[in-house]
Amino acid sequence: MRATYPAWQGKPGPGLRLAKAVALVVIVLLVLFPLWTVVATSLASPQDVIANGGWVVWPERFTLGAYAEILDGGVVTRALLVSGGVTVIGTALSLVCTVGLAYALSRPHVYGGRPMLLLILFTFLFPPGMIPLFLVVRTTGLFDSYAALVLPFLINVFNLIVLRGFFQSIPAELLEAARIDGAGELTTLWRIVLPLSKAVLAVVSLFYAVAYWNRFFEAIIYFNDQTKWPIGTVLRQYVTGGADLSGDSTVTSAPQSTQMAVVVLAVAPIVCIYPLLQRYFVKGVLTGAVKA
Amino acid sequence: MCAVESRRPSRELRQKVPRAREPGHRRRIRRDRVLLVVMAPGVLYFLIFHYGALFGNVLAFVDYVPFLGLADSAWVGLVNFEQMLGDPQFWNAVANTILIAGLQLVFFFPAPLALALLLHSLVGTTVKRFVQSVVYLPHFLSWVIVVALFQHMLGGAGVVNGWMGELGLGAIHVIGNPDAYKPLVVAQLIWKECGWATIIFLAALSQVDDQQYEAAALDGAGWWRRLWHVTLPGIRPVIVLLLILRLGEFLEVGFEQFFLQRQAVGPEAGEVLDTFVYFTGFANGEFGYAAAAGLFKGLIGVALVYTANRVAHRLGEQGVYRR
Repeated sequence: MRATYPAWQGKPGPGLRLAKAVALVVIVLLVLFPLWTVVATSLASPQDVIANGGWVVWPERFTLGAYAEILDGGVVTRALLVSGGVTVIGTALSLVCTVGLAYALSRPHVYGGRPMLLLILFTFLFPPGMIPLFLVVRTTGLFDSYAALVLPFLINVFNLIVLRGFFQSIPAELLEAARIDGAGELTTLWRIVLPLSKAVLAVVSLFYAVAYWNRFFEAIIYFNDQTKWPIGTVLRQYVTGGADLSGDSTVTSAPQSTQMAVVVLAVAPIVCIYPLLQRYFVKGVLTGAVKA
Repeated sequence: MCAVESRRPSRELRQKVPRAREPGHRRRIRRDRVLLVVMAPGVLYFLIFHYGALFGNVLAFVDYVPFLGLADSAWVGLVNFEQMLGDPQFWNAVANTILIAGLQLVFFFPAPLALALLLHSLVGTTVKRFVQSVVYLPHFLSWVIVVALFQHMLGGAGVVNGWMGELGLGAIHVIGNPDAYKPLVVAQLIWKECGWATIIFLAALSQVDDQQYEAAALDGAGWWRRLWHVTLPGIRPVIVLLLILRLGEFLEVGFEQFFLQRQAVGPEAGEVLDTFVYFTGFANGEFGYAAAAGLFKGLIGVALVYTANRVAHRLGEQGVYRR
């Protein structure tokens, strides 16, 4: 595509344009190349990987052996199911609770609305510490329960404020009209407010889903039972922690391929939903960040 | 960084509804009962997991024995804090945190601004969109993945060292090297968050008035002078605000990134305040002491945010909250 520069700007000199092009290519490669070699290594045959010293940029013989092994019902398969379940259920719960609270707080004069808003904003200033939160999880009996990966992170204050701000921006006349037509609060929320908020709801869902999928640390302190670990925690153990995955099953592929296949599977869902939601998220971030 | 507006009913509205007819508590609860039910789960969440945890900070003042529980553990007053002030490992964590935060401020803070200027200067929307999609992506990857990728690329048997070997050069020793640890963690942060952080700068850049560029160009200003005299002054409020917010959360260098890599380089180089709390509490079992260190950091954090906002307001900018 031919770029058109504004008349006053004129076309930049060839040196400057070349420098910009080089900078852009380098930046894109810095992000994409590591991901590429991870995928390539996970798909390469054991001979290729071993011959090249543990990694491959361009696999000559493809094999899905590494994936077949880790998806064979072992630790990784289980962890993927745990993460998937926690992500789906967690995102749904978070969305319902955040929408409920944001909607109530967006209505003027709701009973207790202002003190509640101040209480919530204060948590922004003073987030719960790791040890006190641990004590709460322990006291509420969430230990070794998947709920420990969901309930302590049910509502994100940033997402709440974004949603509330968006709900407030919906013209009051619309809600008034619904009320005159006899709609109760829930009907108004369901039939008027939520359909208007699809874009911002998509962004908030994405943020929640990514956060649930990526959560790994909490499983280390809240779970004694390692079979309940989500994929991030398993990834830490076997890839960054250097533990051996081969205790799990009879491994025939190169250990590097297996490790990188775990990385790929942990990244894949994010990369898959990313393009779908991308057109929304910039808007969502800015609603929250530069709201004057 | 959310600016939250305070919604007070406008003057006319308040005059229209005379005080005497303001419904009483009971009637208001009855009137809002549906909304109250809808917000209840969220309210409960904040009460239990935020305010419960806030109360849990009393741990800092007891000698907590998990077996006994909080109620039966001995009250020790400020002993945990005294221990903390005399603990060289704690001060080592403080020093590392401040050093890393300083490096982040110097190297991470300007990076997204530079990238945003580069992206903003692109006229072709296809290229711009593509680059944006690529650089936003790492923000959504977890620290486990980022650390795994860095090990894969820069580790002893990693891709870069493979190339160095082929070129007949010596191997670089970055991963697990205490001396290289601080630059490494800042590089990781830039790789992960630089693209995402451009969003707010790009929004600010698109607000700069085109007529100013035109006028400057007519007066003979080249791209450098336009950048210096038009662009940067145009987005100065955003830069100042972000800088102040960053100073407000100076001690928040991140936890997961450091938790994952601290073992590889040892506590002397790798311990930050958050990992200090973790290892004191969970590895050594000194929960009361760990809670004290956590509370100390939290209180300093509140003071910093408060001060940063005071400064922001004094400079005529808007902070996290309004005056």
